[in-house]
Amino acid sequence: MPEVSQDAKQRHWAKTRNLTVLVLVIWFIFSFVVPWFAKDLNELSFLGFPLGYYFIVQGSLIVFVLLIFFQNWRQDAIDDEAGLGGGEE
Amino acid sequence: MIKGSFIENLGRVYAMYTGGFLVFIILMAILEQFGVGANTIGICFVAFTVVIYAVIGWLSRTMQVEAYYVAGREVPAVYNGMATAADWMSGASFVALAGGIYFGGYGYLGFIVGWTGGYVLVNSLMAPYLRKFGCYTVPDFIGTRYGGNLARFCAIVVLVVASFTYVTAQINASGTIAARALHIPFEAGVWVGLLGILLCSMLGGMRAVTWTQVAQYIVLIIAYLAPVIWMSNKQGFGIIPHFSYGDAVLRIQELEPLVSLGTAATEGAPFGGVRILTTPHNDPQGGMDSWKFVTLALCMMTGTASLPHILMRYFTTPSVRAARKSVAFSLFFIFLLYFTAPALATLTKLQLLDPTLPTAIIGQSFEAVKSLAWVQNWESVQMLWLSDSNGDGILQLNEFFMRPDIVVLATPEIAGLPYVVSGLVAAGGLAAAMSTADGLLLAIANALSHDLYYKIIDPKADTRHRLIVARVLLIVIGALAAIIASLQLTGILGAVAWAFCFAASGLFFPLVLGVWWKRANTQGAIAGMVFGFVAGSAYLYYVFPGGMGGTPWFGIDHLRFAIIGMPVSLVAMVVVSLMTPAPDAETQAMVDEVRVPSGKTILGAAH
Repeated sequence: MPEVSQDAKQRHWAKTRNLTVLVLVIWFIFSFVVPWFAKDLNELSFLGFPLGYYFIVQGSLIVFVLLIFFQNWRQDAIDDEAGLGGGEE
Repeated sequence: MIKGSFIENLGRVYAMYTGGFLVFIILMAILEQFGVGANTIGICFVAFTVVIYAVIGWLSRTMQVEAYYVAGREVPAVYNGMATAADWMSGASFVALAGGIYFGGYGYLGFIVGWTGGYVLVNSLMAPYLRKFGCYTVPDFIGTRYGGNLARFCAIVVLVVASFTYVTAQINASGTIAARALHIPFEAGVWVGLLGILLCSMLGGMRAVTWTQVAQYIVLIIAYLAPVIWMSNKQGFGIIPHFSYGDAVLRIQELEPLVSLGTAATEGAPFGGVRILTTPHNDPQGGMDSWKFVTLALCMMTGTASLPHILMRYFTTPSVRAARKSVAFSLFFIFLLYFTAPALATLTKLQLLDPTLPTAIIGQSFEAVKSLAWVQNWESVQMLWLSDSNGDGILQLNEFFMRPDIVVLATPEIAGLPYVVSGLVAAGGLAAAMSTADGLLLAIANALSHDLYYKIIDPKADTRHRLIVARVLLIVIGALAAIIASLQLTGILGAVAWAFCFAASGLFFPLVLGVWWKRANTQGAIAGMVFGFVAGSAYLYYVFPGGMGGTPWFGIDHLRFAIIGMPVSLVAMVVVSLMTPAPDAETQAMVDEVRVPSGKTILGAAH
């Protein structure tokens, strides 16, 4: 593995941290904020479902799956950019 | 048969396996047409699948430490995703989840959100870093990151308590299914279930468990999806019901006042476990309801991210990147079942309630319902009970008692599907319970053999010794769990939620801060584990009806006691860390290294 400077490692970690914070904010919204307002959201309708109900049986779940794939796609880019992507030992 | 190139041939091997299983299902369907009895078909399904798992377990036997503990770190991401999904989805997910939604309404859906959202935490905070660390077990990480046997020992204690609570519920579930399918007493069923579980894991450790769990995932997902999709087509709810059952939800809301939902039963059932439907399907009240929902979801999520049998699955991938990828696939495979469960619960409820459907029973003639074949079947095994308490000859909602567990198991019969589907569902439930029990037993036995025996008691033990100790422990712990399971102390769901809360109270912050806070030190981690775990357990004892039976604070009942344990753990860990000296330069450098995804693992191979 080519030598990567301390500086580059620090920038890599800063970007990783920012991405993680972004992911956790989205996670928080769909885990807690949306279900908290389920009663109000149920007034609206989506695909024939009451919206609040839709989110807790499908919507949030789909967001979680996509969120992890999104995070991994971005994280791989961050790793490659820093020259730290060659994860195979 | 399987040598060297096994990993390259995985796709072909499992495609053949899946094809073989489908052929087996068709064969059973043909036999049913020729008049073979339902009992024989049930026995064939259970026996056939268990024998296959045992064969895989035997083929994967090993005497190498790396293969025994982490499957040689060569499991491709997609397959590890399937294995994790099987490891994760327990008897509770398979059997009890849809029933829980059926009876629990909105409040219960906190489990669905919690048990999926937890993987976001696993992916962003835990799995890649623990994989980079190169540990064999979760206490291995705690012990090396924080140093010292005391920290390692605390982690072992939390792991054993959480996993053991969980595993008794799984052995209980596998015993129930084995007993019903093989027509033997429950106490014997428990031991048959345990025997199957040990056959899968004992000879090959993590390697054997990995490849059986992939096989078990394939069985359980087919067994869950096939009946729902079949039923939906047969009853005209759409080809894929998942996106079209919104109308069914609205229709149930319309029907609920008409069938007097919420009226208490006027008499009790003569046996326990059954209940009537009283909770509305979709009626969140906001306020306290919302609070209970989010606290339950939070406990299940942090529990997911701290349960060792899940985290250790990510130690088996070839690289950090593959570990992350396999978290994504794990959640995808889990999602397939979790977004089906609410559809199943909704459609089953509609079929029983809606008087315009031929399957309706509520509001129908009592005698006609009483003589339905599926009602009689389940009544004879005390899973269902009905009584015309007001004597009007019509079955009311508060006269129909049912055990939540049978929503999944009885749905094929309610919808009038052939018996082969019920046999398939039994095989799926058994696969779900067995795969989770496998993972949990292995997590406990590995922590005791690797961390307690090898790292703390006898660091000079040779490989052969270590692996023999690991296997003896596996049998002893399995037997202990089976004895406790045969006493039937707790309901399946309660025990599962407790396991999550124990793990979250004791391990969540020490694990997260081990990677994300360099200043965290040994004393802090020990304080975090001890105070969090003790505070959570003490609160559980205070609030549980079987303990002191105290009034819950702010609605925090025994299912969500990690809401008390986790903050205590966090505060104790931060305060004690700051009061004591910072970790040495070597440890800080180690944390820096964990954050770099490429390069060698922190712990060398075969440490």
